[in-house]
Amino acid sequence: MPKATKTNPNNAPTLTGAEILWATLVGEGVSTVFGYPGGAILPAYDALRKFPIHHVLVRHEQGAAHMADGYARASGKTGVCVATSGPGATNLVTGLATAMIDSIPVVAITGQVSSKVLGSDAFQEIDITGITLPITKHNFVATRAEDIAPMIREAFQIAQSGRPGPVLVDITKDAQQGSCVYDFEAVAPAPYRPHPMLRAETPEMVKAIELMRASTRPVILAGHGIIQSGAEREVIAFAERHNIPIATTLLGLGGIPASHPLSLGMMGMHGESWVNNAIQQSDLLLAFGMRFDDRVTGNLATYAPNAKKIHVEIDPSEINKNVKVDVALIGDLKEVLTTIAKILDERGEPRGVDVTKQWRDEIRAMKGDASVRDIINLPDNGHLYAAHVINDIWQEAKAAGRLDSTIIATDVGQHQMWEAQYFKHEATRTLITSGGLGTMGFALPAAIGAKIACPEKDVWVIAGDGGFQMTAAELSTIVQEGIHINIAVINNGFLGMVRQWQEAFYDKNYACSPILSPDFVILAGAHGIPGANVTKRAEVLPTVTKARTADTAFLINFAVEKEDGVYPMIAPGAALHEMVRRPNPLIETAED
Amino acid sequence: MLHTFIALVDNKPGVLTRIASLFRRLNINIASLTVGETERDDLSRMTIVCEAPENAAHRIRASLYKLEIVRDVDEVTRGEAVIRELALIKVAAGPPASSMSSRTHLFELANVFRARVVDLAPESLMLEMTGSASKIEGLLQVLAESHYKILEVSRTGRMAMRRGKHTSRVLKALGSKDHGDAEFPPLAADEALPNQFAEHDA
Repeated sequence: MPKATKTNPNNAPTLTGAEILWATLVGEGVSTVFGYPGGAILPAYDALRKFPIHHVLVRHEQGAAHMADGYARASGKTGVCVATSGPGATNLVTGLATAMIDSIPVVAITGQVSSKVLGSDAFQEIDITGITLPITKHNFVATRAEDIAPMIREAFQIAQSGRPGPVLVDITKDAQQGSCVYDFEAVAPAPYRPHPMLRAETPEMVKAIELMRASTRPVILAGHGIIQSGAEREVIAFAERHNIPIATTLLGLGGIPASHPLSLGMMGMHGESWVNNAIQQSDLLLAFGMRFDDRVTGNLATYAPNAKKIHVEIDPSEINKNVKVDVALIGDLKEVLTTIAKILDERGEPRGVDVTKQWRDEIRAMKGDASVRDIINLPDNGHLYAAHVINDIWQEAKAAGRLDSTIIATDVGQHQMWEAQYFKHEATRTLITSGGLGTMGFALPAAIGAKIACPEKDVWVIAGDGGFQMTAAELSTIVQEGIHINIAVINNGFLGMVRQWQEAFYDKNYACSPILSPDFVILAGAHGIPGANVTKRAEVLPTVTKARTADTAFLINFAVEKEDGVYPMIAPGAALHEMVRRPNPLIETAED
Repeated sequence: MLHTFIALVDNKPGVLTRIASLFRRLNINIASLTVGETERDDLSRMTIVCEAPENAAHRIRASLYKLEIVRDVDEVTRGEAVIRELALIKVAAGPPASSMSSRTHLFELANVFRARVVDLAPESLMLEMTGSASKIEGLLQVLAESHYKILEVSRTGRMAMRRGKHTSRVLKALGSKDHGDAEFPPLAADEALPNQFAEHDA
């Protein structure tokens, strides 16, 4: 929450717009921003040195947006990125869209040409508020110095409240150069207006409790909302009280410790078979802070056909969007669960009555034929599978007692799914991944943001050879910042997930999916980052330890099996239980 | 079906774009949209009529509320609200000497439909009509079927206002949302006009 400045309201100082920008950010508790200077934002950069704000110079503004995003995901605080007008602003777009669809609080500051020439196609002028309209929660244009402080403060309130999201503030050059009286307290935004359609009322909760009582085969679907709401403990307490197994979405991973006896693991397209089967055979789904994305439901017509559905969600527009629910509790998850617990206490509900034991035994029995585990049990046959690599990164962190202090930032594709399957997250906010938008190139900059937010933690980048090349320029940012990030490039010479879809759905026509990469170890070396190539399974663990204990950033290029696939897999449009299993755990490539 | 939303929004630049952009994103066609001032300087009032499935109303309302510039959203049906539209219709009508009968007939038609003649030119006349959309469509169809040449039509799109709170509550208590007009004795005279066309504007 904002700290008050010591300014006397009757004798507030007169500052320039540029100074007001930084002063307001400091007032909002910002200590780090990620940015890139340019013409229209230069007045702001000129004033930066007067304020206790650390500026991380990125190599591309997309990186700045992803870093602010990673910073927010790791810390729960609002991330801030800064760019100039025109191309600087448009380069933020992918990052803002990533934050929007995953509901991440980010405030983006962009410079803009002087208000006198707005709309004249001036040099580096672009209508960035028009462009970002659908990919921000809200945006502002400040054309006068007086606009800056109230808009920044409102931006923070909007970004953090309700369902969080990115907010952009476009500030004209003359607004930065102008000056006015600055009083942080006087420009506090109007109190937050909750969405008027929130309605988690007692009668609805009683209905939910009745559904729960009638259920013997319940499953909790835990989404990103459990982390966003800070309701991890409440969800676990709820599950333990009623003995309900918990399946998580990709963005919910880490919210529930993987080793918790009620934790099932990830659901959906590449979820483990018993998780999806449990959902399909359930008689009650309790959806907590998740939005029934197509990647977790499969074919909607056949989704959990016998289950009643209770949806606890903060965004009313998500109710009945994809899946029709029986009870909707629209509100903050933590508050809703706390209220339900109170109602149960008041009613003297019996505790410890275990009606789901048979159900949990059934699910445990289903684990027996888990195809996803096959690869772990495979003896070392000379092949290096990505699953081995990720599993070993997990084992290494676990052995070092660093599991709760290890943040993994992934890119998008096969390695992302393998990470979700084989790295067992025990602590909240330890997985940083682009879920909704699926943004390749996300991992490296997001990891930088996460490391700066949590310098005491070990941060790993797990990226494919394709996605890593999209934002590899940020290696230089790592060196300039002098931070220690471990980078694992899962290198299979393909855009792996594209190749897998081509294999499954396009007759193995590998159109444009083989990709040439530079020698990543030499590339890292050119930046002054040491690295190593790993081609054998036995080398994985020692190299991972070497990276983790190094003094500087370290890159490992894992040359893994080229034509490996992520299994199980649900084909798009298929039912959740109709998963394609691993055809054969032994995958030989043409070179063998 | 047609949904009618009344939205109170901030009176600021760019608000219309945000509303329009939302409907574009949801892939919902706006049938009509009117914007104007309200009794409060800082708020504008929009009446948005859109074609969407019946069950889409909740999501549209919820999504409208997610826009920071939206203060209030109400969805109204015909029974609960007065819904009006204004139309200007320019009809070809030659000089009196050549087609006296046609002009006289037009005046009569206008009279029956409570439309006013607001402009008279040598080759045309302009009718102004306020009423429900179906009545305006009624006039247009009668003109077309009587072989008048309609030169131009300009319609404002629907504006809506919920009826007095008390009566509206009575209406709801009676559960007669759709046939509610009979519950309001002092109807405007033009409400009672005979009309062969089904009322689709609710």
